[in-house]
Amino acid sequence: MMTESHHVSSRFDEDLARLRTQVLQMGGLVETQVAAAIDAYSSGEVGSVKAIVDGDRRVNELEKAIDDDCAHIIAKRQPTASDLRLVLGVSKIVTDLERAGDETKKIAKGVRRIYENGHLPGQFGPGVQHLAEAALNLVRQALDSFARLDTGQATQVIRLDDDVDVEFKSIIRQLITHMMEDPRTITTSIDIITIARAIERIGDHAKNISEQVIYIVEGRDIRHIKEAAK
Amino acid sequence: MQIQENPALKAEARNLSFFYGNTQALKGINMPIHDKKVTALIGPSGCGKSTYLRSFNRMHDLYPGNRYEGEIRFFPDNTNLLSPEVDPIEVRMRIGMVFQKPNPFPKTIYENVAYGLRVRGERNKRTLDDKVEHALRGAAIWDEVKDRLQDLAPNLSGGQQQRLCIARALATDPELLLFDEPTSALDPIATGAIEELVHELKKRVTILIVTHNMQQAARVSDYTAYMYLGEMIEFGKTDEIFLKPNDKRTEDYITGRMG
Repeated sequence: MMTESHHVSSRFDEDLARLRTQVLQMGGLVETQVAAAIDAYSSGEVGSVKAIVDGDRRVNELEKAIDDDCAHIIAKRQPTASDLRLVLGVSKIVTDLERAGDETKKIAKGVRRIYENGHLPGQFGPGVQHLAEAALNLVRQALDSFARLDTGQATQVIRLDDDVDVEFKSIIRQLITHMMEDPRTITTSIDIITIARAIERIGDHAKNISEQVIYIVEGRDIRHIKEAAK
Repeated sequence: MQIQENPALKAEARNLSFFYGNTQALKGINMPIHDKKVTALIGPSGCGKSTYLRSFNRMHDLYPGNRYEGEIRFFPDNTNLLSPEVDPIEVRMRIGMVFQKPNPFPKTIYENVAYGLRVRGERNKRTLDDKVEHALRGAAIWDEVKDRLQDLAPNLSGGQQQRLCIARALATDPELLLFDEPTSALDPIATGAIEELVHELKKRVTILIVTHNMQQAARVSDYTAYMYLGEMIEFGKTDEIFLKPNDKRTEDYITGRMG
């Protein structure tokens, strides 16, 4: 329900527009990072790990820059109602984006360890691959829902995250079976668990972003509420 | 901020309309004024918020051609403040007012505060002294003026003059205080002092305040009413109005958008 009407102060409009653009820019970067990490996992292109680690620095810088802008908008404009919710929501969204960036780095480093130890994650490939694509899809949809302030899509992301959680648990069960059957797979399995856990967390961050979109648009705080109540 | 769900009412406007001659300035206002709470009236210039405020102490009676419709009920006695049988002077004893620009009488600090009491017939020097001190303390200005009560009030600073005017209003122990943009002529420090005072005062008196400063409304009030073109668009708890107003016109106004 963001109003289309303009602020009397056009610079306030510009400030808020820039804030949203920056979040989308940061989100786009995180999305690219996640995609690159998944790619490294399936292709074994360990060379891209360094680029992912470097890219995360840029994500961190954007988080600080956007938070700084939020502080300046609050100090200068004293935003209220939907403007206030946007600024507060953005400040939380960038925290989740930054953390999703950290998880991506964990995936990349895990991939490098597996390949450097001369192993191939291939035997677990499809499961983790599928999980990763589902999480990436959640990040995309969460950012889309923010760009369009679309609560329907945001709600969809929150629902879909449950599927990611279920899939993650199933992968863990598979890995435990593998480790029991053949203890030589333990080292690789632990790395893959780390990776799967990171992917599952990325899904959670996408869900958190969607919850903020609902707060920004409707003023409802649906965090920590059981699914049925949402 | 915790607000009890059904606080007692100090007053209530019921279908209140007001006309300056043929011009209708208020259009069927319904609004509760909760007892010992601060209610802020916000809205663009000309929306009727000052007209509404002034209806409470019958200030419009001073000019011919002005006309009320509907009523303002005043509790606990359920008096209709606008009834022709109700004496405006009596009303003003129970309802004090503080204006935008401090308007002390060209008298001493002491006499400014004692004035209302003298009008009421108080002659006892001891009682007057006590009540003047009590009112000055209530308006958080006692410490600054206690050694100069015989100085002329207009020599005080703007912020002090405004607090003196509040003390003057408090001296007669009003049940409701009306503030018409009480800080728009004051600097931020003096404004802060008045806001702090409003917070203290609501322990003993109900307050209705008109302000153009939205942040001030958000800071000092428990309830906020948004008025536009003589209508009351939205009334609600201040916490809700400033975070999630229900009406788009309220939203546009408080976020500084053009409608």
